[in-house]
Amino acid sequence: MWEYTDKVKEHFLNPRNVGEVENPDGMAEVGSIACGDALKLTFKLDENKRIKEAKFKTFGCASAIASSSALTEIVKGMTLEEAQKVTNQDIASYLGGLPQEKMHCSVLGQQALEKAIENYRGQPVKDSGEKIICECFGVTDREIEKAVRENNLRTVEEVTNYTKAGGGCGNCHEAIEGIIARVLQDAKPAGRPRLSNIQKIRMIEETLEHEIRPSLKHDGGDIELIDVVGNRVLVATRGACATCKAADITLKQFVETKLRELVWPELTVEEVVP
Amino acid sequence: MKTVYLDNNATTMVAPEVLEAMLPYFGELYGNPSSMHSFGGQIARQIQQARQQAADLIGATPGEIIFTSCGTESDNAAIRSALSVNPGKRHIVTSRVEHPAVKALCAQLAREGCRVTELPVDGNGLLDMEQYEKSLTPDTAVVSLMWANNETGVVFPVEEAAALADQRSILFHTDAVQAAGKIPIDMEKNTIHMLSISGHKLHAPKGIGVLYVRRGTRFSPFMIGGHQEKERRGGTENTASIVGLGKACELAAARLKVENSGVRRLRDKLEQELLARVPNCRVNGDHRQRLPNTTNISFEFVEGEGILLMMDEFGICASSGSACTSGSLQPSHVLRAMGIPYTMAHGSIRFSLSVYNTEQEIDFVIEKLPPIIERLRGMSPYWQGSDQVCATQ
Repeated sequence: MWEYTDKVKEHFLNPRNVGEVENPDGMAEVGSIACGDALKLTFKLDENKRIKEAKFKTFGCASAIASSSALTEIVKGMTLEEAQKVTNQDIASYLGGLPQEKMHCSVLGQQALEKAIENYRGQPVKDSGEKIICECFGVTDREIEKAVRENNLRTVEEVTNYTKAGGGCGNCHEAIEGIIARVLQDAKPAGRPRLSNIQKIRMIEETLEHEIRPSLKHDGGDIELIDVVGNRVLVATRGACATCKAADITLKQFVETKLRELVWPELTVEEVVP
Repeated sequence: MKTVYLDNNATTMVAPEVLEAMLPYFGELYGNPSSMHSFGGQIARQIQQARQQAADLIGATPGEIIFTSCGTESDNAAIRSALSVNPGKRHIVTSRVEHPAVKALCAQLAREGCRVTELPVDGNGLLDMEQYEKSLTPDTAVVSLMWANNETGVVFPVEEAAALADQRSILFHTDAVQAAGKIPIDMEKNTIHMLSISGHKLHAPKGIGVLYVRRGTRFSPFMIGGHQEKERRGGTENTASIVGLGKACELAAARLKVENSGVRRLRDKLEQELLARVPNCRVNGDHRQRLPNTTNISFEFVEGEGILLMMDEFGICASSGSACTSGSLQPSHVLRAMGIPYTMAHGSIRFSLSVYNTEQEIDFVIEKLPPIIERLRGMSPYWQGSDQVCATQ
C-alpha cells in the first residue's frame, strides 16, 4: 500500500473542481489511457486576466486525482505569468509530498497547466524538434530534460518515477542516461556558484585590501567597508578621497568594476557618511 | 468498521482450529523432532501426522511430502532440481501468466544459460495445447505450468499437459498454490512429478509450504543442511507451522464441497449482480475453467487503485491488476498476456472469496461498489455516459 499523506487522501476522497469549465479560455489533455493516467484541464480568466476558474477530469490513481485537485486550487487567482512558474514540486508540496514512485502524477499536472496556457496563447502544442525517447509511455526528450532539471534527478529510476519514461520495456534507459549527463553538463557553467553572505563579505574585504586600497593609498586616499546589504556594498572614503571631487568617479569606475569582476557581477557600491 | 475480506488469493485468515492446534508448539511442546529423547520424539510423531494430512488433501503418500518455507521456495526447489538431475538438458517450458515465483526464476535461469519457452494464452487465459505439445523437445528438462491462475482463477489442464510431458520423459512441475483446497487434486490419477502448495493460501499461517515430489522422481535438494525431510530439505522443522498446515489441509479436504457449492454461489452472485448494476464491465478469464472462489472484473475507464482505496473506506479488501498497484508502471502481466485492452486492464479488480465469507458481506459489496465506479467515472475524461459503446464487448 502506498504511504499517502492525509492531504493526498483528503483531496482524493473530496476532490476540488472536478469537471469542465464551460467555454474555457485554455484547455489541455495530457497522458493517455494506455499509460494509466490522463488529465484534462480547462480554465477561464476574469477581466483582470487572472484564472477565475480551473477544472479537471482525471483518469488515474489516487495521487493523480489528488494532484489534479491540488493543481486547480493552486492556480486559482493567479495570472498566467504566475501560473507558468508553478512547478511539479509546488503541486507535490501542496499535498505534503508524494511517494517517489508517484511523482509523475505531479509532473502530469504541471504539463497540463503548461499546455493549457500555450493553448490559450495560441502557441504550438508540441515543439516539432521534440523526440519521443520512451516508446512505451510516449515521453519526449524535452519532457525528460525538464523533469531532470527541475527536480535535480540523477538516475534512470528517478526519471521513471517522475516521468514514467523507462518504466516499460527498458530499451530507452541508455538514452535517458544520456539526457541526464547532458543536463548535468549544461548546469555547470550556468554562472558562478551562489555566495553565502559571509563568503561575499570576506571576498569584498580581500579585494579592497589587495586590489583597491594600494592604488588609493598611492594617491593619499583610503576606503573603509561599512556594511554589505544584499548586493549593495556600503563604503566610506578617507583622506584625499574624502575631499576629492573625482571620488564619485573613482567609486563607480574603479572600485565597483573591480568588485564586480572579482566578487559578484551584481554588486553596486554606495558611499555613506561614516 | 467491519472488514469484508475478499482477497483470499493474496492470503487467508488462519483458521481458529489451525491456531489452536499450533499454540502448544510455541509453548510446552518446544522439542526438536530430531532429538533422541521422547520429549523431542513426540513432536516427530505430530509432524508425521501433519505429513499424512497434507498427503491426504492431494491423494499422495506421506513420503512424497516435503515441508518448505513457502510456495516460492517449493517452486525454486522443484525447477532447480529438475535442471540439476538433467545436466544435459537446458530447455524450460512455462507460460506467460505464471506467478513471479516461477516467472522471475525462469528469467534468472535464462540469464544462467537456459532456453525458456513462455507459452502464450488466448483472450480467456487458456493455453493452446497443440502449441504446448510442439514446444516439448528432446532438450526440455522441465515443464512448469500453474494449476490455477492467481489473478483470474483460470485453471490449466495440467494433468493432460503432464501426461504429454511424461510420454517424453520430461519432468513436470505445477504451482498449485491457488488450486490446493479449492478444487479436487488427486495425484494418484495423474503423472505430475512435482507440485507446490503454500500454507497461507489455505488458512494455515505464512511461512510454511509443501513440495510434493512423486515417488521415484530424482530430486536434488535446494536447501542443503541436516538430514531433515529425508535429506531433501535441510533445516530444523518449523514445527508449529507444520502442525498448523496439517490441520489446515484436513479442514480444506473436508470443505472442498462447500468451496465448490457455497463459495461458488456467493462468487457467482457477486459477479452477476455487479455486471448487472454497472455498465461497461466484463469478467476476465474463461468462465467455465475457473476456480470457484475467484472473479476478476474490469470496470472500463476507471483506474483500479482509486476503486481499491474507495472500497477501503468501507472496509472492503480486494486487489487490482492496474499499473498503479502492480508496483511497476504497466498493468499485470497476466492481463497483458491475455490481450485485455488498456481501457479495461487498468480498471481490473480481483475478488477472491473463502468459506468464511457471508451472504451479507457479498450484499454489502454489491450495494457499495456501483456508486464508487459511478463516482470515479464522473471524474474520468474518457467516460461519456452509460450509452457509450464498449469497444471490447
